[in-house]
Amino acid sequence: MELTLWTYEGPPHVGAMRIAASMEGVHYVLHAPQGDTYADLLFTMIERRDRRPPVTYTTFQARDLGGDTADLVKRSIAEAVERFRPQALLVGESCTAELIQDQPGALAQGMGFGDLPIVNLELPAYSKKENWGAGETFYQLVRGLLKGQIPAPGSPRPDPGRWRSEGRRPRLNLLGASLLGFRCRDDVIEVTRLLAELGVEVAVVAPLGATPADLLRLPEADANVCLYPEVADSTCSWLERQFGMACVRTVPIGIGATVAFLQEVVQVLGLDPALLPSPERSRLPWYSRSVDSTYLTGKRVFIFADATHAIAAARIASQELGFQVVGLGSYSREQARAVRAAATELGLEALISDDYLAVEAAMAAAAPELVLGTQMERHSAKRLGVPCAVISSPLHVQDVPARYAPQMGWEGANVIFDSWVHPLMMGLEEHLIGMFRHDFEFVDGHMSHRGETAAAAPEAPVSGVWTSDGEAELKKVPFFVRGKVRRNAEAYAQERGIGAITAEVMFDAKAHFSR
Amino acid sequence: MEVLKESGQREVFCGLTSIVWLHRRMPDAFFLVVGSRTCAHLIQSAAGVMIFAEPRFGTAILGERDLAGLADANDELDRVVTDLLARRPEIRTLFLVGSCPSEVIKLDLAKAAERLNGRLTGRVRVVNYSGSGIETTFTQGEDQALTALVPLLPRGDQRQLLLVGTLADAVEDRFLTLFERLGVGPVVALPPRRSTELPPVGPGTMALLCQPFLGSTARALQARGVTLLPSPYPLGVEGSRRWFETAANAFGIDPAHTATVLDPLVARGQAAVAPHRRDLEGKRLFLLPDSQMEPALARFLHRECGMELVEVGTPYLDRALQQPELDLLPPDTALSEGQHLERQLERVRAARPDLVVCGMGLANPLEAEGIATKWSIELVFSPIHGCDQAGDLAELFARPLRRRAALAFA
Repeated sequence: MELTLWTYEGPPHVGAMRIAASMEGVHYVLHAPQGDTYADLLFTMIERRDRRPPVTYTTFQARDLGGDTADLVKRSIAEAVERFRPQALLVGESCTAELIQDQPGALAQGMGFGDLPIVNLELPAYSKKENWGAGETFYQLVRGLLKGQIPAPGSPRPDPGRWRSEGRRPRLNLLGASLLGFRCRDDVIEVTRLLAELGVEVAVVAPLGATPADLLRLPEADANVCLYPEVADSTCSWLERQFGMACVRTVPIGIGATVAFLQEVVQVLGLDPALLPSPERSRLPWYSRSVDSTYLTGKRVFIFADATHAIAAARIASQELGFQVVGLGSYSREQARAVRAAATELGLEALISDDYLAVEAAMAAAAPELVLGTQMERHSAKRLGVPCAVISSPLHVQDVPARYAPQMGWEGANVIFDSWVHPLMMGLEEHLIGMFRHDFEFVDGHMSHRGETAAAAPEAPVSGVWTSDGEAELKKVPFFVRGKVRRNAEAYAQERGIGAITAEVMFDAKAHFSR
Repeated sequence: MEVLKESGQREVFCGLTSIVWLHRRMPDAFFLVVGSRTCAHLIQSAAGVMIFAEPRFGTAILGERDLAGLADANDELDRVVTDLLARRPEIRTLFLVGSCPSEVIKLDLAKAAERLNGRLTGRVRVVNYSGSGIETTFTQGEDQALTALVPLLPRGDQRQLLLVGTLADAVEDRFLTLFERLGVGPVVALPPRRSTELPPVGPGTMALLCQPFLGSTARALQARGVTLLPSPYPLGVEGSRRWFETAANAFGIDPAHTATVLDPLVARGQAAVAPHRRDLEGKRLFLLPDSQMEPALARFLHRECGMELVEVGTPYLDRALQQPELDLLPPDTALSEGQHLERQLERVRAARPDLVVCGMGLANPLEAEGIATKWSIELVFSPIHGCDQAGDLAELFARPLRRRAALAFA
């Protein structure tokens, strides 16, 4: 038993819903009590979807438990098939139905729906979570649809360069994009553009926007791209094992990763390396080299996200923006190893946890100047007074922007530069404020050109341990960083058992924290 | 009045959702759901904007080991409670809230509460109730929580008015002022603002329900000798007036005096509703089942705002508590109880109403079909009770229509 206040991931059947809702022509019958329909709003509110997820809930009640819940399951399945006429049916149960063991998948298979593909989802709700459920559902669906096409053992692996002899363009499948994933909609467009520049076509994008018929065409591509390992890793591995399909596994988030991704595509498909574009296709490299960005140097960054986005963010932050990564972690236990490896490279120990309070404590201890995280970290960072950019699910409605805002590819790098740097004070601005910080306009609230003092944020009274010269010095600090300087000085003094915070102590603390 | 009874898929929250407003009412109480990851995810999703200052509710998530052995589950629960209370020393009442999985595995939370009460005597009172989806729909969670408090209320024989059901503090303050003006008192409330200040009840107590979904609480109070005052509910000017009048009559207040107090409020409330009535009059309304407040809302929107009622759905129709509202609805009102979602949506599409009141899972899909909607969850989170709020209540329904009229893209 584990006490949870907020959770990064929903239960595994919500992962299954993400797959069903991402696709067309799939319906999911979920054996679940009333209340579990709450999950619909994740799609209709957060993603602003214009339709309900294709899910039928059996809605069993306490009074049904004495009787025949299996019959209720069968009625729900029959009604759903009749009403929605899906091309493939997913059947599963939520946490409560798992306990009453009606075996809805087996029931469905015995109902005589002819050649309607039925996938029996067994997603253990008491040990697994949402991303695992999404990955498992996608895998079970692909496996269920393609099992009749598996080549005989010992068949030669298809050559990913066969497009040349077949006189056509090379083609790739993009796998893993789903609803409630971070910016998947725009990443697919961006990656499709990247590939088009190499003359590579996209065969199937799945699960986002795919039909079961599309999944049947997966083996026709020359190779797969595993865009989001959380969702597509097991499917890509299965296609590799059973169909001998090569897989591109670099996730193209950031300049370095985009370059590496394109190199991997060129290598896997046997394309001409001369086709590779220059990384200057994105503005990020120049923006990062430009003088204003000097002020980004060594900014302390704390990163916590799903594994894919956390690892990508750590590399971009340290190599492409010149930040100092002071914390790296993820709630994705399934991908913990990769996160640990990325942390080790930065001389850090990865935080693998789904306890947001532990993450907040680690964040506070790392004293970052910028947090890159999920909606959870956005709230924690707000409480600590640290700017934050959201880089990963779990999402809020504001993380599904109207504008084109991918994370992947060249444009993704542009978006990342803007959205990570904007929460920070810009270089020239920071410089000027440093120069003028003793001017009275800055000392007590930002003065408006209208001549009124803006209402300064209410501050807790300075604690009694400050001496008068310490307090005088503290007042000289610009108001918008004063709280932080005070907190730092007090923490510094407390750590060292210093009773009175003099101006000297404050400068010591400043030196300590600006290391 | 004929009622269409339906069963099938329901698009409603379970009773756990009530925690979102109950915990705000009692700042010294903690609500610990004993359930699954789904329960935790439900509450956080229903709360929408995460209330992130460490919330006073949480979920003890059952794991495989807890399912394997109930003895271990009990030990684990004790451990979680001990840790929690160590971290939150200000908590005086701990609600152990049962969920679908805890009910199905028959984890006995009543026994757990008894055991924990033995250990925590004098520090924290442990109370249990079920908010599970297999037994409760949305607002019934509050009904169950309050029902669990009834046996703990001390006995008191004094003549008093008991307000039953959570109100926003500001609304309650206003109501207390009005009762004082009317000469009705003393007035106490369940739930109280501090969980330790439980009101005494007895044969002198007259209970006035603030919400129509508190049937089980009402019956438990009656069993303690409390007299229930049947009334329309204090939504809209008319409902609020009748509600105050019910209390005043029960306390033997001169009707002329009552009118002196209420008339100016009624006039002001009607003036506040009037501009919204212009947007709502003649518009056709379809209420999907959600909170059991639907009959009262339908009465307000029909009688005070001039809307036509296409269908009034309610998850459960408690005749005893709803009769005063049903009496005020037109006799041919299409009333439905329970839900078969797909069939009900077919009726919505066929009727093409001007406004549908529904849950968040359905709002955008209906909007995308060209049907204006109002999210019902706002009705349990916003202060909407009383004459003074009638204008705001009408505005909640008028806004989607006004917004549609204001938008132009060509």
